[in-house]
Order: sequence, then structure tokens, then C-alpha cells
Amino acid sequence: MPNPYTSSLNIKSGKVDLSHGGGGRAMAQLIDELFIKHFDNDLLRQRNDQALFTVPAGRLVISTDGHVISPLFFPGGDIGSLAVNGTVNDVSMSGAKPLYLAAGFILEEGLPLADLEKIVISMAATAKRAGTPIVTGDTKVVERGKGDGVFITTTGVGIVPEGVNISGNLAKPGCAILVSGSIGDHGVAIMASRENLQFQTTIVSDSAALNWLVADMVAAAPAEIYCLRDPTRGGLATALNELAQQSGVGMVIDETQIPIKSEVKAACEILGLDPLYVANEGKLVCICNAKAAECLLAVMRQHPLGKDAAIIGEVIADGHGFVQMTTAFGGRRIVDWPVGEQLPRIC
Amino acid sequence: MKYISEFRQQDLAQKLSNAIAQAVDPDRHYRLMEFCGGHTHAIFRYGVQDLMPDNVEFIHGPGCPVCVLPTGRIDNAIQLVERHDVILCTYADLMRVPASARNSLLKAKANGADIQMIYSTQGALKIARDNPDRQVVFFAIGFETTTPPTAVAIKQAQAEQLTNFLVFCNHVLTPAAMQAILDAPQPVAIDAFLGPSHVSTVIGSQPYEIFAERYTKPIVIAGFEPLDVMQSVLMLIRQLNEGRHEVENEYSRAVTRQGNLKAQALMQGVFELRPQFEWRGLGLIPNSALKLKASYADFDAEQRFDMPAIQAGDVKGCECPAILRGAKKPQDCKLLGTVCTPENPMGSCMVSSEGACAAYWSYGRLRALTQIAT
Repeated sequence: MPNPYTSSLNIKSGKVDLSHGGGGRAMAQLIDELFIKHFDNDLLRQRNDQALFTVPAGRLVISTDGHVISPLFFPGGDIGSLAVNGTVNDVSMSGAKPLYLAAGFILEEGLPLADLEKIVISMAATAKRAGTPIVTGDTKVVERGKGDGVFITTTGVGIVPEGVNISGNLAKPGCAILVSGSIGDHGVAIMASRENLQFQTTIVSDSAALNWLVADMVAAAPAEIYCLRDPTRGGLATALNELAQQSGVGMVIDETQIPIKSEVKAACEILGLDPLYVANEGKLVCICNAKAAECLLAVMRQHPLGKDAAIIGEVIADGHGFVQMTTAFGGRRIVDWPVGEQLPRIC
Repeated sequence: MKYISEFRQQDLAQKLSNAIAQAVDPDRHYRLMEFCGGHTHAIFRYGVQDLMPDNVEFIHGPGCPVCVLPTGRIDNAIQLVERHDVILCTYADLMRVPASARNSLLKAKANGADIQMIYSTQGALKIARDNPDRQVVFFAIGFETTTPPTAVAIKQAQAEQLTNFLVFCNHVLTPAAMQAILDAPQPVAIDAFLGPSHVSTVIGSQPYEIFAERYTKPIVIAGFEPLDVMQSVLMLIRQLNEGRHEVENEYSRAVTRQGNLKAQALMQGVFELRPQFEWRGLGLIPNSALKLKASYADFDAEQRFDMPAIQAGDVKGCECPAILRGAKKPQDCKLLGTVCTPENPMGSCMVSSEGACAAYWSYGRLRALTQIAT
């Protein structure tokens, strides 16, 4: 079929305009020359409004996540890679193997097409690494001032292997609590890249897809992993409080065992933040049978995304559902739910 | 982390704990007021109370800038942004402080008021530069620690002829508050003070000498790290046991007797004393706050706009005023944890992380529950 467009999309200096969301030829061209070109896969190339595929036997998992991060590009990633990793991770935290992604774009009139292409290329590369093609999507354009460049919603589906039963309500007293690496990197990287916060750091976002790490863990101890959670907004403290509440248990963690980079600690001291509440985008918390903890720790440490993994505490019986921490100073304190918004638009 | 972790070492804490236990007179009760919210925060966050003998009691002081700001001043700020269409720039911890009629800056912002959170005075200046057709008001609060940066911002605005930059000045003075606590009609029983940390880097240790002398209260200028607090407690106990009442400086790595003369000169150049100012909990205190000098009137929001004084009460049952005077403790308040939580604060002490109620609720209530359980 001949090229239906008179000239190709001006990626170099063009901008998103309202016609790119209007359902006409301009939108079709944007989809063809940007989204399909880079996301390229058989299902997307069929150009249907949906992707049709055969589901393997087992239990299906679905998860969705909206991404509104500011700035769009930051050290260690961009909104595109974040949107893929965020949903891949949410699906993976059930122990599932993620299969496919869908992506919805809300573009603001005036967004440079070059920026959009950079984001789309980043999404395509991230999806390829995670083995989760983006097979369907949607594009809308809002007037200038009604968005902030681009918002991306991604939805993912995956399959949970037989014998795996992972859920936030399954933590039991005596279980071990593990974290896959240093906490707070993403939040500090974003803060450092905001223009109104003038400090420099070498810290980059930890944004990463955790599905291969989870696959290794599930293969090693399929029946011993009870809970998985990626501690994103609200950080480690919030993830632990969520799990404690869902499971009706308490937790005690040891401050000296929690991996935190010294640059993150220093940035948090300056800004008056507690690294326990600072966001992560490539870390997971695992609650497992204490007997399997050392084995899982070894498996995690063999994976590049788990090389700094640590056992940080244990689950206890506690009617209050408190997460407590033995401090490096020798005291004990509550690690409470966060209050309000520490930093808006972190993911 | 260099210069931080040294002051949080567990083995040294244990040694200090033992030294304090040996130093205290078992027949005596020691009531020590930690003046600053920074101290209160450290005491709760690191569990310093757990390392103290039972007869050493901390009385939480008024040194939390958000906590002592009266409700009427928040109401003023909300009126300013709603009636005069200014951009109001504020530090984040003021956003959730309850104003009158269940309002707050956060709620006013949600209702459309142009309120922007900033991290420094430089952020407010930038907003003023970026919005030349709008009036930009910086909601300045704090003790002597945050006053010099406000002075710098005003001087910068003057140098740049940034005529749309204004300051709503609420800066207050530490020695005046200390005097008000000591001169209160029904004074709270306090044996000694842990003196301000960051404030003293600016004003020095000299301004406290009159209190040590006239009121015979030992004062130790104490850093904000937990070992600083413990070392200072030991110094206070030794003074009390020996019948001394002096100003001693534990925080000698940052505080001198004279303080930061350059910062003091800056403040004196830009600000002058208000005859009196209302403090939450302490009432009207003479010569306790600053306003812009007449020569900087162009940058004074209170002179540019009509801002009548607003008398506003606290929520019924809220014990913030008594807690700020040291007369009550957070756990004495009936609202604590029932209707007043960090998510839904009824009083300012539950808002700021330096507030006694927030510190108690976030870190300290575990201790109380454990004690009830045993």
C-alpha cells in the first residue's frame, strides 16, 4: 500500500497539536510513525482497537498504573521507562510472569514530538528488556495548560505459576522481611532534578523491571514467599505498614540492616526527610518463611537488581499492627504511616 | 555520614546513659525543659527517654515555629491570597496548620488560592521574578535561625528592584519566649533548660546569661543530635547537683558566645522590634517579634495590604497552648489520637514534625503502650 501521508511526521521540530488526538489522519500518522514504529510487534501491527491473544493455563493477573512524574526526564530514567517498569513490577509482585502491556497517552498540546519520540523509544527498549510487548494503546490530546507534557497510564497482564500464592495478607508472625537493595534512590534523584531544589547528587533513579528477579526468587522457593511489594510512593515505611495492616500483624525492623546509600542519607539530612519514606521504583520487599530467608537472600544477591539485598527484620504478632524499628542509636520507635504528600508527582 | 553518625553512636549513648544514672541524686526529680522542637523530635525519634533514669523528666518547650504561630496569622495569610489575588509562598509545614472555620492553607489551595510551596526564600524570589505581573508574598515564619535568610531575600529584592516581592513577617525571638515562660503568672516548674541549638548559632550563648543569673536556672546550649541531648542532660544534672546556674555550651562546634555577627547585623539592618506579638499558648509577649523597618516598607505585606489583626481561638479541648507552655504533655490531651491525628490535626503541635504532639504520636506512643502492657 502506498504511503497515505503527504509528508512524514516532523519529529525534529514538530509539536503535538490537537489534531493528533482528533481521530483523523494526523492521529493515524502519529500512531504509525511513532508508536507502531518503535513498539513494533505483531499484535500492534494488526491495528485493531484491542489486542487478541491466547492465554496460557493458570491464573491471570491484571494491574494498572498512571504516571504523572515531573520532570519527564530525570537521572536514571524518564516517564516512559517508569511507566513500563511500574506496571511490570505491580504485576510481578503477585509472583506472576508479566505477558503484555497496554499504554494510554494523554498528550498536552505543544509537547515537542522529539520529546515524545524519546519517551516512546525508552518505553520500547524497557518493554523489550522486560519481555512484555506493548500490544495496544490509546492517544488523547488536551489543550495547552490542561496537562503537563504527557501523562501515561499502563496496564499489564501476567500469569501466576502453579503453586505460587503471594498476597499482602499472608504475612505471619515469625516470617522474615527482606528488601532487594538500597532504598530512597528514586525519590532523591527526582528531588535533585527539580529546578526549585538546588542541590547536586550522583544518585540516579533505581527505576527497573523486577520481573526477572521475581522469577528467580519464585523458582527457588515457590511456596515460601508469602508477600511481595514494590515500595514506591511512600517508600519502605508505607509498604511495610500496608502489609502489616493487610495481614493483621506487627513488624520489627533493624535500622542498621536497611541498605541506604550514603548520598541518599546525606540528601535526606539536608532536606529533613526520612529515607524510609522516600520513593523507590526498582526495589521489592519480600516476606517469606524464615527458614527460606537465607536461600532467597542468596538468590536475590546473584541477580544484578538484588545484589545489595538484605534481611531487615521479622514479622511479629501485634494487635496494634505497628511497624517498629530498633534504631541504630539503641532505642525503639514506631515507623508510622506517612502523613500528607512528601513530594508530589514522584511517579 | 561524616559529622552526623558520630553523634548517633549507640556505644557512646550507653556510656552517657550510665554516667547520667550515676550522676543523678535518687532523692531528687529533675525537670528539664528542652526549648526547641528539634530537641523534642530527637528525644522521641531516637528513644532518648528510654536511656534516662526515671527521675529525669523532659518538659517540651515552645521552640517550634509552626506551633507558636497564632491561628489569626494563618487566617490573615488566607485572606491575603483570597482577597488580594497574590501568590502566597510558604514552607510546606505550614500548609496543614488548622486555621479558623476548619480551613487551612492546604484547603484554601484546593479551593483555588494560588499558594505555592517553597524550600527556601530563593524559591519565593524566583516565583516573583517569573511572575512580574503578580504580587508575590513570602509567608515568613521562624525564630532567629530563619530570619537572616528572609533579610537576605529582602535585600536581594531591593537590589534587583523586584517590586512585586513582599514579606508577611512573623519572625519571633527566642529570649523573649524564654522570659515569658519564666515570668508566667503560674510558672511551670522547670529546674533547667536545654538551650536552643540552631538559634544560638545566630544569636550566640550570651543572651541566655541573664536568665541563668536572674532566675538561677542552669542552661546548656545543646545540639540537635541525640548524643548532644544526652551530654547536655549530664551537664545540667551536674550543675543542679553542684548548685551552679550558668550558661554552658555543649554545641561548641557551632555556637560561640557572640554568635554570628554578620547575620545579626543583617537582621538589625532590615528588621525592628514589634511592641508586642501574640504567641499561641504564651499570649501577647512584649518585644518578642520582628517587623520590617520603615526603610523596607515597600516589601512589607502588612503595609501594602489591609491586614487587620484577627483574634481566633483554638479548637475546643485542644491542649496546644498548655503544651507549648510546658504545663501539659501531649498524652494529657483528650483529643490526642481520638480526633486529633497527624492526618487530621486539630492543633499546630500535631502538624509540624517538631511539634510535641506529632513527635509523641509518631515515635513515642509505643513506649506508653508498652508501659501500659507491662
